[in-house]
Amino acid sequence: MNKERELSKVQELVYELKVSDAMKSNVISVGPATLMSELREILKINRISGTPVVDSNKLVGIISIEDFIKWLADGAKDCPIKDKMIVNVMTLFSDEPLVHAVSKLEQFGYGRLPVINRTDNKLLGVITKGDIIERLLKETEIDYHEEEIHRYRASHIFEDIIADKTTIIFRYYIKGKDFDKAGEVSTGLKKNFSRLGIDPQIARRAAIASYEAELNVVIHSDGGEMQVKVRPDKISIDVEDTGPGIADIEKAMQPGYSTAPEWVRELGFGAGMGLSNIKKCADKMSLTSVVGKGTHLKISIYMKKEGEPHEIKRDS
Amino acid sequence: MKLKEIVEKLALEVRTKNVALDYDVKRGYASDLLSDVLANANEGDLWITLQVHQNIAAVAGMKGLSGIILINSREPEEATLRKAEDEKIPIMVSKLAAFELTGRLYNLGITGTGNAAKGI
Repeated sequence: MNKERELSKVQELVYELKVSDAMKSNVISVGPATLMSELREILKINRISGTPVVDSNKLVGIISIEDFIKWLADGAKDCPIKDKMIVNVMTLFSDEPLVHAVSKLEQFGYGRLPVINRTDNKLLGVITKGDIIERLLKETEIDYHEEEIHRYRASHIFEDIIADKTTIIFRYYIKGKDFDKAGEVSTGLKKNFSRLGIDPQIARRAAIASYEAELNVVIHSDGGEMQVKVRPDKISIDVEDTGPGIADIEKAMQPGYSTAPEWVRELGFGAGMGLSNIKKCADKMSLTSVVGKGTHLKISIYMKKEGEPHEIKRDS
Repeated sequence: MKLKEIVEKLALEVRTKNVALDYDVKRGYASDLLSDVLANANEGDLWITLQVHQNIAAVAGMKGLSGIILINSREPEEATLRKAEDEKIPIMVSKLAAFELTGRLYNLGITGTGNAAKGI
């Protein structure tokens, strides 16, 4: 799964990054009058296999080790580089997306391409496949580190904060009858739990309980509020709405009992399993409701894992 | 079996973009009730449903399901796809109805939640 995700990230990056982001700008170059006999030393000292030929800052050609070998094979008669260099040089503009560099290097099989300024053709740098890889690796590493830092910071919050007891409180507002937004609170909540380093099984139970509670508010009420408290020993979820209230809590708790309208059921909601799902996920659950006023649901989930399934107490 | 192979063998059409199909699927769950899936599906299950609403992505993400197959050529809503891509849940479309699709998956070795084996 990860591999393809990384690949698509890299695909994004080659479009976002510019050629100038990856090129090397301190370029070794030679003048057109430099002698072919001097080229070997220049390439050797700088450990490069080719170099642009520049005349008063302007790129006039490129000369590589291949041209040098050809010159040797032809008898090595000394002459200025400008006689042997390639003149029609393929170049890249510094403000092109990196993907152009990738495709040009790939298409023509070159090892390097000179990068010039779009307005005055001034040589700005040289780019190789190695430079591109280096830059992309650096970029993906930055991203990776950022998520790691998020996680690290969040998961150490309990240790880093000095207090006798630390509680993190999240507060969310739930809109009634808005099925497009339904579930968003719980999806975000699950992400928070994961960043806080909460055990995945516990995070999942808490997220499912909050999802069902959130959906109940969306389906039945005109809106409400959810408050989630995270402590080192437990997660508490508190949901209050200004809805019609529940007439018969015993009945509402029965799996399959639903008062949701038909159109809601057609969407796959309102199966009458919400409250019993919450009960299954929670270690403690309390439900109070006043008809015509609203409903108040309290759920606790303990952080410790052992002894599952937990005994469920209802104190409503 | 890798999701990719299932996609090939059952001629499923993948609708999500940039979501990997290399999950090794062992079991599946068929239901159109979201709460039922939340209650009874297991992590890694392949979910067969006719619901196309965006909450299927949230439910699948919540349960850590391996993917969603929509039956009867039902097309997911645009918002559903975007959410599924966020959650890294692949969504596929089958021409088959639930009964036939489930049977074919079973023949490929993708079994149910394991409750049958326990005699439930």
